[in-house]
Amino acid sequence: MELLIHYLSIATKSIFIENILLAYFLGMCSFLAISKNVEASQGMGKAVIFVNAITVPVNWFIKKYLLDPGALVWINESFATVDLSFLRLLCFIATIAALVQFVEMFIDKFSPSLYNSLGIFLPLITVNCSILGSSVFMHERAYTLGESLVFGVSAGVGFYLAIVSMAAIRFKLRYSNIPDGLKGLGITMILTGLLSMAYLSFSGIQL
Amino acid sequence: MKIKKTFIDPLVDNNPITRQVLGICSALAVTVKVEQALVMTLALTFVVTMSNTIISLLRNYISPSIRIIVQLTVISTLVSLIDIFLGAYMYDVSKSLSVFVSLIITNCIVMGRADGFAMQNGIKESFIDGLGNGLGYGGILIIVAAFRELLGFGTLLDFRILPESMNNGLMILAPGAFIILGLIIWAQRSITAVVEE
Repeated sequence: MELLIHYLSIATKSIFIENILLAYFLGMCSFLAISKNVEASQGMGKAVIFVNAITVPVNWFIKKYLLDPGALVWINESFATVDLSFLRLLCFIATIAALVQFVEMFIDKFSPSLYNSLGIFLPLITVNCSILGSSVFMHERAYTLGESLVFGVSAGVGFYLAIVSMAAIRFKLRYSNIPDGLKGLGITMILTGLLSMAYLSFSGIQL
Repeated sequence: MKIKKTFIDPLVDNNPITRQVLGICSALAVTVKVEQALVMTLALTFVVTMSNTIISLLRNYISPSIRIIVQLTVISTLVSLIDIFLGAYMYDVSKSLSVFVSLIITNCIVMGRADGFAMQNGIKESFIDGLGNGLGYGGILIIVAAFRELLGFGTLLDFRILPESMNNGLMILAPGAFIILGLIIWAQRSITAVVEE
């Protein structure tokens, strides 16, 4: 029971209080490019949840059994002093790139309808900073396996919420009169600022 | 002449942040203080210049189907180098930049220039293009950081300018970054008369 509450607290924290997009600015590039369209935003958001839920736990295994100081003991006792942590970034990004490719092939074969809705977003995700960011946060905050799974999914959910609400706002924006220089990127940044101010009000929640 | 244009273009007219909309994540995250922004600018300029040069050297040997993996490997090696270097020589700054140095890997400017420019152009042009884009990115970063540090802490490079009573906490938090960058984009686009549809 206590464990459940602990997981719930991590989830709430990473969805609302420390939203990966609005508090840590990760994944802004795809956020700005895709939030022009509500349906595409939903596709991108789902793809991020999906990929995050897979890559964060997998990177946890990589970290635990390959990269941490002394992690290679399971192969041979004599590797106890080996420290491969300088390879962390290289391994994380390689895992993400490979997994995204693999996931793409997998769902193409087994679920064409899911592939149609996520398809074009999957390749873009390799360079979405929120994916690599989640893995690096997992390392920095020293999460356990369960925690990293919960964190991966809820960071994705946070991204989904932010991108879909932004797309809805931008849809309304088409009919408003905006100064020329502010059109497009400028007004989107300011609106994101207001959205992130709204999310700041969650920061009083204690769990 | 062409070299000069390659260098000047990304500084103002074709600025990676305000015009091409690349690399926004780090532009917002590391602009709480000018010092952070300066270190980030140096790190990114190093990475984008070197990766452009290396990719341009290798461009005739990379087959198109594996180019993303090759580029990512080159870039992440360079970023790991910078990360370890900062950890060794500038420990405090590297702590305050936290994950954002590592995230230069997925900074779209680096990938964008490697894929969009260095794959088609010679070494000299690619080097200059990398330098220009790194500095164009840094320029915006430093302007945003200057505003945020001045209004948020009342200091510039830790030198006090405004009295402490005028500190505005919102500037240090995320919304301040978004809004200031939005206003800077507005100003820059009004000057260069760019209209986005």
